[in-house]
Amino acid sequence: MKSSGFRKFLSETGDIARFTGRFFTELFKPRFEFAEFFRQCYFIGYKSLPLVAITAFIMGLVITIQSRPTLVEFGAEAWLPKMVSVSLVREIAPVITALICAGKIGSGIGAELGSMKVTEQIDAMDVSGTNPYKFLVVTRVMSTTLMIPILAVLADAVSLYGGFLGTNIRGVCSWDLYWNQVFDTLTYGDVIPSIAKTFLFGFAIGIIGCYKGFNSSKGTEGVGQSANSAVVISSLLVFVLDLLAVQITDLLQLT
Amino acid sequence: MIAETNSEPKVNSDTENKTVIQIRNLSKSFGENHVLRDFNMDLNKGENIVVLGKSGSGKSVLIKCIIGLIKPETGTIKVLGQNIPDLNREDLDKIRVKVGFLFQSNALYDSMTVRENLEFPLRRHSVQKSNEKENDLIMEALTNVGLAHTIDLMPSELSGGMKKRIALARTLILKPEIILYDEPTTGLDPITGKEISNLMNELAKKYNTSSIVISHDLNCVKRVASKIAMLIDGKCYAQGSYEELEKSTDPKIKHFFEL
Repeated sequence: MKSSGFRKFLSETGDIARFTGRFFTELFKPRFEFAEFFRQCYFIGYKSLPLVAITAFIMGLVITIQSRPTLVEFGAEAWLPKMVSVSLVREIAPVITALICAGKIGSGIGAELGSMKVTEQIDAMDVSGTNPYKFLVVTRVMSTTLMIPILAVLADAVSLYGGFLGTNIRGVCSWDLYWNQVFDTLTYGDVIPSIAKTFLFGFAIGIIGCYKGFNSSKGTEGVGQSANSAVVISSLLVFVLDLLAVQITDLLQLT
Repeated sequence: MIAETNSEPKVNSDTENKTVIQIRNLSKSFGENHVLRDFNMDLNKGENIVVLGKSGSGKSVLIKCIIGLIKPETGTIKVLGQNIPDLNREDLDKIRVKVGFLFQSNALYDSMTVRENLEFPLRRHSVQKSNEKENDLIMEALTNVGLAHTIDLMPSELSGGMKKRIALARTLILKPEIILYDEPTTGLDPITGKEISNLMNELAKKYNTSSIVISHDLNCVKRVASKIAMLIDGKCYAQGSYEELEKSTDPKIKHFFEL
Protein backbone atom coordinates (compact mmCIF):
# COMPACT_ATOMS: atom_id res chain seq x y z
CA MET A 1 0.00 0.00 0.00
CA LYS A 2 1.29 3.43 -0.86
CA SER A 3 1.57 5.43 2.30
CA SER A 4 -0.46 8.58 2.42
CA GLY A 5 0.99 12.00 3.20
CA PHE A 6 -0.33 11.94 6.73
CA ARG A 7 1.14 8.53 7.38
CA LYS A 8 4.47 9.66 6.03
CA PHE A 9 4.33 12.69 8.30
CA LEU A 10 3.69 10.49 11.32
CA SER A 11 6.43 8.03 10.50
CA GLU A 12 8.92 10.84 9.89
CA THR A 13 7.95 12.46 13.18
CA GLY A 14 8.61 9.11 14.84
CA ASP A 15 11.98 8.84 13.13
CA ILE A 16 12.96 12.32 14.26
CA ALA A 17 11.90 11.48 17.81
CA ARG A 18 14.04 8.34 17.74
CA PHE A 19 16.95 10.29 16.28
CA THR A 20 16.57 12.83 19.09
CA GLY A 21 16.39 10.08 21.68
CA ARG A 22 19.63 8.66 20.33
CA PHE A 23 21.21 12.10 20.73
CA PHE A 24 20.57 12.02 24.47
CA THR A 25 21.87 8.48 24.90
CA GLU A 26 25.04 9.21 22.92
CA LEU A 27 25.59 12.60 24.56
CA PHE A 28 26.61 11.25 27.94
CA LYS A 29 28.63 8.26 26.76
CA PRO A 30 32.38 8.72 26.25
CA ARG A 31 34.32 9.35 24.05
CA PHE A 32 33.66 13.09 23.93
CA GLU A 33 34.59 14.84 20.73
CA PHE A 34 35.68 18.18 22.17
CA ALA A 35 37.97 19.20 19.31
CA GLU A 36 35.22 18.73 16.75
CA PHE A 37 32.72 20.47 19.06
CA PHE A 38 34.89 23.59 19.30
CA ARG A 39 35.50 23.53 15.58
CA GLN A 40 31.75 23.48 15.01
CA CYS A 41 31.21 26.25 17.56
CA TYR A 42 33.64 28.35 15.56
CA PHE A 43 31.87 27.69 12.30
CA ILE A 44 28.34 27.89 13.65
CA GLY A 45 28.80 30.73 16.12
CA TYR A 46 31.63 32.94 15.02
CA LYS A 47 31.05 32.60 11.31
CA SER A 48 27.39 33.58 11.66
CA LEU A 49 28.13 36.68 13.70
CA PRO A 50 28.21 39.30 10.92
CA LEU A 51 25.04 38.00 9.30
CA VAL A 52 23.13 37.94 12.58
CA ALA A 53 24.44 41.36 13.58
CA ILE A 54 23.46 43.03 10.33
CA THR A 55 19.98 41.52 10.36
CA ALA A 56 19.43 42.44 13.99
CA PHE A 57 20.60 46.00 13.43
CA ILE A 58 18.25 46.48 10.50
CA MET A 59 15.32 44.92 12.38
CA GLY A 60 15.89 47.25 15.35
CA LEU A 61 16.07 50.27 13.10
CA VAL A 62 13.05 49.35 11.01
CA ILE A 63 10.79 48.42 13.91
CA THR A 64 11.58 51.72 15.61
CA ILE A 65 10.92 53.78 12.50
CA GLN A 66 7.68 51.96 11.83
CA SER A 67 6.36 52.15 15.40
CA ARG A 68 6.91 55.85 15.64
CA PRO A 69 3.85 57.20 13.73
CA THR A 70 1.40 55.15 15.82
CA LEU A 71 2.90 56.34 19.08
CA VAL A 72 2.99 59.94 17.81
CA GLU A 73 -0.71 59.66 17.06
CA PHE A 74 -1.38 58.87 20.71
CA GLY A 75 1.07 61.49 21.87
CA ALA A 76 3.22 58.79 23.40
CA GLU A 77 6.36 59.38 21.42
CA ALA A 78 8.45 59.26 24.59
CA TRP A 79 7.44 55.62 24.97
CA LEU A 80 9.22 54.62 21.82
CA PRO A 81 12.31 53.09 23.52
CA LYS A 82 10.11 51.17 25.97
CA MET A 83 7.87 49.68 23.34
CA VAL A 84 10.62 48.89 20.92
CA SER A 85 12.86 47.26 23.50
CA VAL A 86 10.14 44.92 24.69
CA SER A 87 9.22 43.75 21.22
CA LEU A 88 12.84 43.39 20.17
CA VAL A 89 14.05 41.48 23.19
CA ARG A 90 10.99 39.30 23.70
CA GLU A 91 10.30 38.31 20.17
CA ILE A 92 12.03 39.83 17.22
CA ALA A 93 15.71 39.37 18.00
CA PRO A 94 15.50 35.71 19.10
CA VAL A 95 13.16 34.64 16.33
CA ILE A 96 15.00 36.48 13.57
CA THR A 97 18.31 35.06 14.81
CA ALA A 98 16.83 31.57 14.83
CA LEU A 99 15.40 31.96 11.34
CA ILE A 100 18.63 33.32 9.92
CA CYS A 101 20.49 30.42 11.54
CA ALA A 102 17.95 27.90 10.29
CA GLY A 103 18.72 29.21 6.81
CA LYS A 104 22.46 29.43 7.14
CA ILE A 105 23.36 26.67 9.58
CA GLY A 106 20.46 24.25 9.08
CA SER A 107 20.97 24.11 5.33
CA GLY A 108 24.75 23.91 5.78
CA ILE A 109 24.53 20.93 8.12
CA GLY A 110 21.89 19.23 5.96
CA ALA A 111 23.99 19.60 2.81
CA GLU A 112 27.30 18.72 4.45
CA LEU A 113 26.09 15.56 6.16
CA GLY A 114 23.96 14.70 3.13
CA SER A 115 26.93 14.77 0.78
CA MET A 116 29.05 12.90 3.33
CA LYS A 117 26.39 10.22 3.44
CA VAL A 118 26.08 10.00 -0.32
CA THR A 119 29.86 9.75 -0.88
CA GLU A 120 30.22 7.10 1.88
CA GLN A 121 32.28 9.43 4.09
CA ILE A 122 30.01 8.61 7.04
CA ASP A 123 30.66 4.88 6.48
CA ALA A 124 34.37 5.64 6.16
CA MET A 125 34.32 7.30 9.58
CA ASP A 126 32.50 4.31 10.99
CA VAL A 127 35.21 1.92 9.83
CA SER A 128 37.92 4.31 11.08
CA GLY A 129 37.08 3.76 14.71
CA THR A 130 34.73 6.72 14.97
CA ASN A 131 31.09 6.68 15.91
CA PRO A 132 29.76 8.99 13.20
CA TYR A 133 26.68 9.86 15.24
CA LYS A 134 28.84 11.16 18.04
CA PHE A 135 31.41 12.80 15.83
CA LEU A 136 29.01 14.49 13.44
CA VAL A 137 25.60 14.76 15.09
CA VAL A 138 26.26 15.25 18.81
CA THR A 139 28.92 17.91 18.21
CA ARG A 140 26.81 19.86 15.75
CA VAL A 141 23.62 19.74 17.81
CA MET A 142 25.51 20.77 20.93
CA SER A 143 27.11 23.70 19.19
CA THR A 144 23.87 24.98 17.66
CA THR A 145 22.18 24.60 21.06
CA LEU A 146 24.87 26.68 22.75
CA MET A 147 25.77 29.12 20.00
CA ILE A 148 22.33 30.28 18.95
CA PRO A 149 21.49 31.70 22.43
CA ILE A 150 24.78 33.60 22.36
CA LEU A 151 24.00 34.91 18.91
CA ALA A 152 20.51 35.86 20.11
CA VAL A 153 21.88 37.86 23.05
CA LEU A 154 24.19 39.62 20.66
CA ALA A 155 21.24 40.25 18.35
CA ASP A 156 19.34 41.76 21.31
CA ALA A 157 22.15 44.23 21.91
CA VAL A 158 22.68 45.14 18.28
CA SER A 159 18.97 45.53 17.56
CA LEU A 160 18.57 47.82 20.59
CA TYR A 161 21.41 49.90 19.19
CA GLY A 162 19.52 49.99 15.89
CA GLY A 163 16.50 51.14 17.91
CA PHE A 164 18.57 53.96 19.38
CA LEU A 165 19.51 55.23 15.93
CA GLY A 166 15.92 54.82 14.78
CA THR A 167 14.66 56.91 17.68
CA ASN A 168 17.09 59.66 16.80
CA ILE A 169 16.21 59.91 13.14
CA ARG A 170 13.11 62.02 13.74
CA GLY A 171 13.31 62.77 17.40
CA VAL A 172 15.98 63.48 19.92
CA CYS A 173 16.84 61.01 22.63
CA SER A 174 20.19 60.99 24.36
CA TRP A 175 22.27 57.80 24.65
CA ASP A 176 21.79 57.73 28.45
CA LEU A 177 18.09 58.41 28.36
CA TYR A 178 17.54 55.71 25.75
CA TRP A 179 19.34 53.00 27.68
CA ASN A 180 17.80 54.09 31.00
CA GLN A 181 14.38 53.74 29.50
CA VAL A 182 15.24 50.38 27.96
CA PHE A 183 16.58 48.89 31.18
CA ASP A 184 13.74 50.33 33.24
CA THR A 185 11.28 48.61 30.98
CA LEU A 186 12.91 45.24 30.61
CA THR A 187 12.45 42.80 33.47
CA TYR A 188 13.93 39.35 34.04
CA GLY A 189 10.53 38.08 32.97
CA ASP A 190 11.23 39.49 29.53
CA VAL A 191 14.84 38.51 29.16
CA ILE A 192 15.08 35.03 30.66
CA PRO A 193 12.21 33.34 28.80
CA SER A 194 13.39 34.92 25.58
CA ILE A 195 16.89 33.53 26.03
CA ALA A 196 15.59 30.18 27.26
CA LYS A 197 13.61 29.61 24.11
CA THR A 198 16.64 30.19 21.92
CA PHE A 199 18.22 27.04 23.38
CA LEU A 200 15.22 25.16 22.03
CA PHE A 201 15.52 26.91 18.68
CA GLY A 202 19.19 26.00 18.48
CA PHE A 203 18.51 22.39 19.39
CA ALA A 204 15.75 22.12 16.80
CA ILE A 205 17.91 23.61 14.04
CA GLY A 206 20.80 21.26 14.83
CA ILE A 207 18.78 18.10 15.18
CA ILE A 208 16.69 18.67 12.04
CA GLY A 209 19.74 19.58 9.95
CA CYS A 210 21.56 16.46 11.13
CA TYR A 211 18.53 14.20 10.76
CA LYS A 212 17.95 15.34 7.20
CA GLY A 213 21.62 15.03 6.28
CA PHE A 214 22.08 11.67 7.95
CA ASN A 215 19.04 10.25 6.17
CA SER A 216 19.79 11.79 2.81
CA SER A 217 18.87 9.59 -0.12
CA LYS A 218 21.49 8.68 -2.66
CA GLY A 219 22.53 11.14 -5.33
CA THR A 220 23.02 14.86 -5.63
CA GLU A 221 19.28 15.44 -5.76
CA GLY A 222 18.99 13.85 -2.33
CA VAL A 223 21.59 16.24 -0.94
CA GLY A 224 19.68 19.24 -2.29
CA GLN A 225 16.48 17.91 -0.83
CA SER A 226 18.04 17.37 2.59
CA ALA A 227 19.38 20.92 2.68
CA ASN A 228 16.07 22.29 1.53
CA SER A 229 13.84 20.35 3.88
CA ALA A 230 16.23 21.02 6.78
CA VAL A 231 15.59 24.74 6.34
CA VAL A 232 11.84 24.39 5.85
CA ILE A 233 11.24 22.07 8.80
CA SER A 234 13.57 23.85 11.21
CA SER A 235 12.10 27.28 10.37
CA LEU A 236 8.64 25.92 10.92
CA LEU A 237 9.73 24.33 14.18
CA VAL A 238 11.14 27.66 15.35
CA PHE A 239 7.66 29.16 15.06
CA VAL A 240 5.96 26.19 16.70
CA LEU A 241 8.43 26.29 19.59
CA ASP A 242 7.94 30.04 19.85
CA LEU A 243 4.22 29.50 20.16
CA LEU A 244 4.72 26.90 22.88
CA ALA A 245 7.23 29.08 24.72
CA VAL A 246 4.89 32.04 24.81
CA GLN A 247 2.11 29.83 26.20
CA ILE A 248 4.39 28.62 28.95
CA THR A 249 5.62 32.08 29.90
CA ASP A 250 2.02 33.23 29.86
CA LEU A 251 0.91 30.37 32.11
CA LEU A 252 3.73 31.14 34.53
CA GLN A 253 2.65 34.78 34.39
CA LEU A 254 6.09 35.95 33.43
CA THR A 255 4.74 38.30 30.80
CA MET B 1 37.49 -27.57 -11.51
CA ILE B 2 34.63 -25.42 -10.45
CA ALA B 3 33.41 -25.75 -6.90
CA GLU B 4 29.63 -25.63 -6.78
CA THR B 5 27.48 -23.95 -4.15
CA ASN B 6 27.94 -24.94 -0.54
CA SER B 7 30.77 -27.29 -1.30
CA GLU B 8 34.09 -26.67 0.41
CA PRO B 9 36.14 -24.10 -1.49
CA LYS B 10 39.36 -25.23 -3.10
CA VAL B 11 42.57 -23.96 -1.66
CA ASN B 12 45.69 -23.63 -3.76
CA SER B 13 48.38 -25.80 -2.33
CA ASP B 14 50.93 -22.99 -2.33
CA THR B 15 48.86 -20.67 -0.10
CA GLU B 16 48.98 -20.96 3.63
CA ASN B 17 45.95 -22.93 4.70
CA LYS B 18 44.55 -20.51 7.24
CA THR B 19 41.06 -19.12 6.89
CA VAL B 20 40.87 -15.42 7.74
CA ILE B 21 37.26 -14.84 6.73
CA GLN B 22 34.62 -17.53 6.93
CA ILE B 23 31.09 -16.74 5.82
CA ARG B 24 28.31 -19.22 6.47
CA ASN B 25 24.63 -19.07 5.50
CA LEU B 26 24.64 -15.31 5.20
CA SER B 27 21.25 -13.82 4.33
CA LYS B 28 20.21 -10.24 3.93
CA SER B 29 17.16 -8.70 2.36
CA PHE B 30 15.85 -5.20 1.89
CA GLY B 31 12.06 -5.42 2.02
CA GLU B 32 11.03 -7.90 -0.64
CA ASN B 33 14.44 -7.90 -2.25
CA HIS B 34 16.47 -10.90 -1.04
CA VAL B 35 19.98 -9.75 -1.81
CA LEU B 36 21.92 -12.56 -0.18
CA ARG B 37 20.53 -16.03 0.52
CA ASP B 38 22.59 -18.56 2.37
CA PHE B 39 25.83 -17.20 1.03
CA ASN B 40 28.96 -19.20 1.87
CA MET B 41 32.55 -18.27 1.21
CA ASP B 42 36.01 -18.62 2.71
CA LEU B 43 39.01 -16.37 2.35
CA ASN B 44 42.37 -17.92 3.11
CA LYS B 45 45.47 -16.08 4.07
CA GLY B 46 47.29 -14.63 1.09
CA GLU B 47 44.36 -15.11 -1.28
CA ASN B 48 42.75 -12.42 -3.42
CA ILE B 49 39.17 -13.43 -4.05
CA VAL B 50 37.23 -11.42 -6.58
CA VAL B 51 33.49 -11.49 -6.13
CA LEU B 52 31.94 -11.19 -9.56
CA GLY B 53 28.30 -10.35 -10.05
CA LYS B 54 25.87 -8.06 -11.81
CA SER B 55 25.19 -4.55 -10.55
CA GLY B 56 22.69 -4.69 -7.71
CA SER B 57 23.41 -8.36 -7.05
CA GLY B 58 24.49 -7.61 -3.49
CA LYS B 59 28.25 -7.53 -3.83
CA SER B 60 28.63 -4.29 -1.93
CA VAL B 61 26.15 -5.47 0.68
CA LEU B 62 28.31 -8.56 1.15
CA ILE B 63 31.50 -6.67 2.00
CA LYS B 64 29.61 -4.10 4.07
CA CYS B 65 28.30 -7.03 6.12
CA ILE B 66 31.87 -8.25 6.55
CA ILE B 67 33.05 -4.91 7.92
CA GLY B 68 29.94 -4.55 10.09
CA LEU B 69 28.33 -1.58 8.34
CA ILE B 70 25.26 -3.63 7.50
CA LYS B 71 23.77 -6.17 9.89
CA PRO B 72 22.77 -9.40 8.19
CA GLU B 73 19.54 -11.20 9.13
CA THR B 74 21.06 -14.61 9.58
CA GLY B 75 24.38 -16.31 9.21
CA THR B 76 27.85 -15.98 10.62
CA ILE B 77 30.79 -13.95 9.36
CA LYS B 78 33.94 -14.95 11.15
CA VAL B 79 36.74 -12.49 10.57
CA LEU B 80 40.03 -13.54 12.18
CA GLY B 81 38.02 -15.88 14.35
CA GLN B 82 35.39 -13.43 15.58
CA ASN B 83 31.76 -13.36 14.49
CA ILE B 84 31.10 -9.81 13.25
CA PRO B 85 27.31 -9.61 13.86
CA ASP B 86 27.82 -10.48 17.54
CA LEU B 87 30.48 -7.89 18.28
CA ASN B 88 29.88 -4.70 20.21
CA ARG B 89 31.25 -1.40 19.01
CA GLU B 90 34.55 -1.66 20.86
CA ASP B 91 35.43 -5.15 19.63
CA LEU B 92 34.29 -4.22 16.17
CA ASP B 93 36.70 -1.29 16.16
CA LYS B 94 39.50 -3.63 17.15
CA ILE B 95 38.75 -5.89 14.19
CA ARG B 96 38.44 -2.90 11.89
CA VAL B 97 42.06 -1.95 12.57
CA LYS B 98 42.99 -5.24 10.92
CA VAL B 99 40.50 -5.01 8.08
CA GLY B 100 40.84 -2.18 5.58
CA PHE B 101 38.00 -1.04 3.37
CA LEU B 102 38.40 0.81 0.11
CA PHE B 103 35.16 2.56 -0.75
CA GLN B 104 33.79 2.71 -4.25
CA SER B 105 33.47 6.49 -4.06
CA ASN B 106 36.83 6.73 -2.23
CA ALA B 107 35.09 8.51 0.68
CA LEU B 108 37.93 10.96 1.21
CA TYR B 109 36.88 13.63 3.69
CA ASP B 110 36.28 16.74 1.59
CA SER B 111 36.96 19.16 4.41
CA MET B 112 40.40 17.73 5.21
CA THR B 113 43.74 17.78 3.39
CA VAL B 114 45.36 14.56 2.20
CA ARG B 115 47.52 14.51 5.34
CA GLU B 116 44.51 14.92 7.63
CA ASN B 117 42.67 12.23 5.71
CA LEU B 118 45.50 9.80 6.40
CA GLU B 119 45.86 10.92 10.01
CA PHE B 120 42.19 10.31 10.71
CA PRO B 121 42.24 6.49 11.00
CA LEU B 122 45.58 6.63 12.84
CA ARG B 123 44.32 9.00 15.49
CA ARG B 124 40.81 7.66 15.81
CA HIS B 125 41.76 4.03 16.22
CA SER B 126 43.50 4.87 19.48
CA VAL B 127 46.68 3.35 18.12
CA GLN B 128 48.94 5.57 20.17
CA LYS B 129 51.81 6.82 18.12
CA SER B 130 54.25 9.69 18.43
CA ASN B 131 53.95 12.56 15.97
CA GLU B 132 57.15 11.55 14.27
CA LYS B 133 56.07 7.97 13.86
CA GLU B 134 52.74 9.19 12.55
CA ASN B 135 54.45 11.38 10.00
CA ASP B 136 56.65 8.50 8.90
CA LEU B 137 53.63 6.26 8.45
CA ILE B 138 51.85 8.89 6.38
CA MET B 139 54.89 9.42 4.17
CA GLU B 140 55.34 5.68 3.79
CA ALA B 141 51.72 5.20 2.77
CA LEU B 142 51.88 8.07 0.29
CA THR B 143 55.18 6.90 -1.17
CA ASN B 144 53.71 3.43 -1.62
CA VAL B 145 51.02 4.86 -3.87
CA GLY B 146 53.48 7.27 -5.52
CA LEU B 147 51.79 10.47 -4.37
CA ALA B 148 54.04 11.91 -1.66
CA HIS B 149 53.85 15.37 -3.25
CA THR B 150 50.09 15.68 -2.73
CA ILE B 151 50.29 15.67 1.05
CA ASP B 152 48.97 19.20 1.52
CA LEU B 153 46.37 19.19 -1.24
CA MET B 154 42.62 18.98 -0.75
CA PRO B 155 40.81 15.96 -2.23
CA SER B 156 38.96 18.27 -4.64
CA GLU B 157 42.30 19.14 -6.26
CA LEU B 158 43.06 15.51 -7.15
CA SER B 159 42.12 13.54 -10.25
CA GLY B 160 39.97 10.40 -10.04
CA GLY B 161 42.95 8.04 -10.18
CA MET B 162 44.85 10.05 -7.57
CA LYS B 163 41.85 10.03 -5.25
CA LYS B 164 41.70 6.26 -5.56
CA ARG B 165 45.39 6.01 -4.69
CA ILE B 166 45.01 8.29 -1.68
CA ALA B 167 42.02 6.27 -0.53
CA LEU B 168 44.16 3.16 -0.90
CA ALA B 169 46.93 4.80 1.11
CA ARG B 170 44.42 5.65 3.84
CA THR B 171 43.23 2.05 3.88
CA LEU B 172 46.81 0.77 4.10
CA ILE B 173 48.05 3.13 6.76
CA LEU B 174 46.96 0.84 9.60
CA LYS B 175 48.73 -2.11 7.91
CA PRO B 176 45.61 -4.26 7.76
CA GLU B 177 45.75 -8.01 7.33
CA ILE B 178 42.70 -8.07 5.12
CA ILE B 179 41.57 -5.47 2.59
CA LEU B 180 38.08 -5.26 1.16
CA TYR B 181 37.91 -3.43 -2.15
CA ASP B 182 34.56 -2.10 -3.34
CA GLU B 183 34.83 -1.77 -7.12
CA PRO B 184 38.33 -0.31 -7.12
CA THR B 185 38.53 0.41 -10.85
CA THR B 186 34.97 1.55 -11.55
CA GLY B 187 34.84 5.02 -13.05
CA LEU B 188 38.52 5.05 -14.00
CA ASP B 189 39.93 4.96 -17.51
CA PRO B 190 41.41 1.58 -18.60
CA ILE B 191 45.01 2.73 -18.14
CA THR B 192 44.48 4.11 -14.66
CA GLY B 193 42.40 1.03 -13.86
CA LYS B 194 45.36 -1.13 -14.88
CA GLU B 195 47.71 0.93 -12.71
CA ILE B 196 45.41 0.58 -9.72
CA SER B 197 45.15 -3.20 -10.24
CA ASN B 198 48.93 -3.48 -10.42
CA LEU B 199 49.28 -1.34 -7.33
CA MET B 200 46.85 -3.62 -5.48
CA ASN B 201 48.99 -6.63 -6.40
CA GLU B 202 52.20 -4.90 -5.41
CA LEU B 203 50.87 -3.85 -2.04
CA ALA B 204 49.33 -7.24 -1.36
CA LYS B 205 52.75 -8.78 -1.89
CA LYS B 206 54.58 -6.15 0.13
CA TYR B 207 52.33 -6.29 3.18
CA ASN B 208 51.23 -9.89 2.79
CA THR B 209 47.51 -9.03 2.84
CA SER B 210 44.54 -11.11 1.85
CA SER B 211 41.70 -9.40 0.06
CA ILE B 212 38.18 -9.59 -1.22
CA VAL B 213 37.65 -7.52 -4.32
CA ILE B 214 34.23 -6.59 -5.61
CA SER B 215 34.40 -5.91 -9.30
CA HIS B 216 32.86 -6.38 -12.68
CA ASP B 217 35.86 -5.04 -14.57
CA LEU B 218 37.28 -8.15 -16.20
CA ASN B 219 40.69 -6.55 -16.79
CA CYS B 220 41.03 -5.89 -13.09
CA VAL B 221 39.67 -9.34 -12.24
CA LYS B 222 42.20 -11.03 -14.49
CA ARG B 223 45.08 -9.14 -12.88
CA VAL B 224 44.26 -9.46 -9.20
CA ALA B 225 42.20 -12.61 -8.73
CA SER B 226 43.77 -15.70 -7.27
CA LYS B 227 40.23 -17.05 -7.12
CA ILE B 228 36.86 -15.86 -8.36
CA ALA B 229 33.54 -16.30 -6.59
CA MET B 230 30.42 -15.78 -8.67
CA LEU B 231 27.59 -14.09 -6.80
CA ILE B 232 24.42 -15.03 -8.62
CA ASP B 233 20.91 -14.94 -7.14
CA GLY B 234 22.29 -14.15 -3.71
CA LYS B 235 24.40 -17.31 -3.57
CA CYS B 236 28.00 -18.13 -4.15
CA TYR B 237 27.15 -19.83 -7.41
CA ALA B 238 30.62 -21.03 -8.32
CA GLN B 239 34.24 -20.58 -7.39
CA GLY B 240 37.41 -21.15 -9.30
CA SER B 241 40.32 -19.51 -11.04
CA TYR B 242 39.80 -17.13 -13.97
CA GLU B 243 40.80 -19.75 -16.50
CA GLU B 244 38.53 -22.38 -15.00
CA LEU B 245 35.49 -20.13 -14.97
CA GLU B 246 36.21 -18.73 -18.41
CA LYS B 247 36.00 -22.23 -19.84
CA SER B 248 32.76 -23.01 -18.03
CA THR B 249 29.81 -24.06 -20.12
CA ASP B 250 27.22 -22.94 -17.57
CA PRO B 251 25.25 -20.17 -19.32
CA LYS B 252 25.03 -18.08 -16.14
CA ILE B 253 28.80 -18.05 -15.78
CA LYS B 254 29.56 -17.82 -19.48
CA HIS B 255 27.48 -14.69 -19.61
CA PHE B 256 30.09 -12.77 -17.58
CA PHE B 257 33.05 -13.73 -19.70
CA GLU B 258 31.48 -13.03 -23.09
CA LEU B 259 32.32 -9.52 -24.14
